[in-house]
Amino acid sequence: METDPLVPPAALSGEVTLPPALADAEPVQSVCTPIRLSYTYTPGRALSRYLRAMAGKRILGERCPVTGQVFVPPRGVSPLGGTATSESVELPDTGYVESFNITRVPIERRPDLKPPYCSAWIVLDGASVGFLGLVINIAPEEVRIGMRVRAVWKPDDELETSAANILGWEPTGESDEVITDYERIGRADPPPS
Amino acid sequence: MVRPGMVGSGWGRSGGGHCAGSGGSTVIDVAVVSFAQRQEASISGESEVEFMVPLMEQAKAAVGLTQAEVGFTCSGSSDFLAGQAFSFVMTIDGTGPVPPISESHVEQDGAWALYEAWVKIQCGGIDTAFVYGYGKSSPGSLRDVLATQMDPYYVCPLWPDSYAVEALAARLMLEGGHVSERRLAEIAARSRSSAASNPHAVRAEPKSVDEILAEERVVDPLRPSDLPAEADGGCAVVLAAGDRARELCERPAWIRGIDHRSDAHTLGVRDLTSSMSARLAAQRAGVADDKVDLAELHGPFTTSEHLLIDALGLDEDATAINPSGGALAAHTMMGSGLIRIGEAASRLWRGDGDRAVAHATSGPCLQQNLVCVLEGD
Repeated sequence: METDPLVPPAALSGEVTLPPALADAEPVQSVCTPIRLSYTYTPGRALSRYLRAMAGKRILGERCPVTGQVFVPPRGVSPLGGTATSESVELPDTGYVESFNITRVPIERRPDLKPPYCSAWIVLDGASVGFLGLVINIAPEEVRIGMRVRAVWKPDDELETSAANILGWEPTGESDEVITDYERIGRADPPPS
Repeated sequence: MVRPGMVGSGWGRSGGGHCAGSGGSTVIDVAVVSFAQRQEASISGESEVEFMVPLMEQAKAAVGLTQAEVGFTCSGSSDFLAGQAFSFVMTIDGTGPVPPISESHVEQDGAWALYEAWVKIQCGGIDTAFVYGYGKSSPGSLRDVLATQMDPYYVCPLWPDSYAVEALAARLMLEGGHVSERRLAEIAARSRSSAASNPHAVRAEPKSVDEILAEERVVDPLRPSDLPAEADGGCAVVLAAGDRARELCERPAWIRGIDHRSDAHTLGVRDLTSSMSARLAAQRAGVADDKVDLAELHGPFTTSEHLLIDALGLDEDATAINPSGGALAAHTMMGSGLIRIGEAASRLWRGDGDRAVAHATSGPCLQQNLVCVLEGD
């Protein structure tokens, strides 16, 4: 009989019958198949500049050529308009808390983070968007929206090309940022000229 | 009895000229109207979004389209290449996603993103779509990364790299008399020669058949020239429907048939000396309904190109096979298939032919195949 090339071969079918020797074997519930792949990761133009500046305790953002918005950390593109960004903007290591949360349970792989601790969305002075950081050197209960903070850097001899150079953000003691329009929080409006 | 050829989602002339399964409903004519690509052996200094933004802008600007006017955006890429989860979301930044866009992503070659966009246009309400596919495989070892697409319990733990898996198929083809080593070398030589005029090719040094046969084997029986020329890169494509396509492009490359099919995942149950899924997709897309001036085939290996020419029923005397050099000249994982569609379409725009076939593949040993028939007016 001529076989039709368009009809797939008969699939394997039928019930599985175990040999007597395996009759009392415990069913396999799971298998462990380790996967390990090694990558040499390169962060790209914008993030490379950002990380190199970090090694010198400088924070670099990038300005959108169309709207003037300043994004940090920079990714080489405005995440709103899709416009390539190339102008680096050096930002101060001060800003304010835009929002925050308090973690009260430990994270298994971060024994260095002792609950309760406060994670915050920090808006640097001159930036259009916030970025994530820990608020330190203050009881988490005392953290509030609008609180002015400054970066706490690693000791100079421990600095690397890493965002981990900023250990956290501590209160400056200045009066709080006055946020009159809460609806603007989280929006990347152009900075006031 | 329902034959495999009578079910599914494909559409082509031999399928009756309408959407299968929807009984005579009208198909909206969709064309490829713009294409931009970049492929290099390694793009180590730029992130994916950094090298995709210029391509995205170029493809849209060439037809005067802004992201706000695009009806649907769809992309193809893989986290396994980037080595990070949800890597594609950072590339979406480059589209200009505010105001919010209608968007989707496939963990497949960009050709499958094009298929989704084509279906989306068929659903009505939009007349343009923006599609892109990209991959940067240089940070890792692609041949090893591809082992993770195998069966996770029985095969992947053994880490068969992609060359070794294809070499199993190649051995079967050679021993069974389905192909000769000289024929494979001829395919490699043709790719090298065609690639000489392709600025995006990363393997374009001409070599004679005898020189190729003299190469030391990498994974026996495969030689270096039998293997894909790995590249980093991507491409972007604009699709448009009906009159909109004619507004945007002087000679749109109309999609006259498109279908994709998948073979079994388990290599052991497949006949690796032919491609049933490619054959079926080609039938459904209507490849044989008329002459084929050129074909861009996504054959990562010389062995795959040989099987595809047979499965698609192409006559090498009448059809220019891989005038770009194909994936043997530049293979951008997750982009190569969509690049085949773009290469075929741009030749039709230039008048280098009237009817073209573009093919994309995914998975080990041509597991999944997409066939697209394109025609100029």
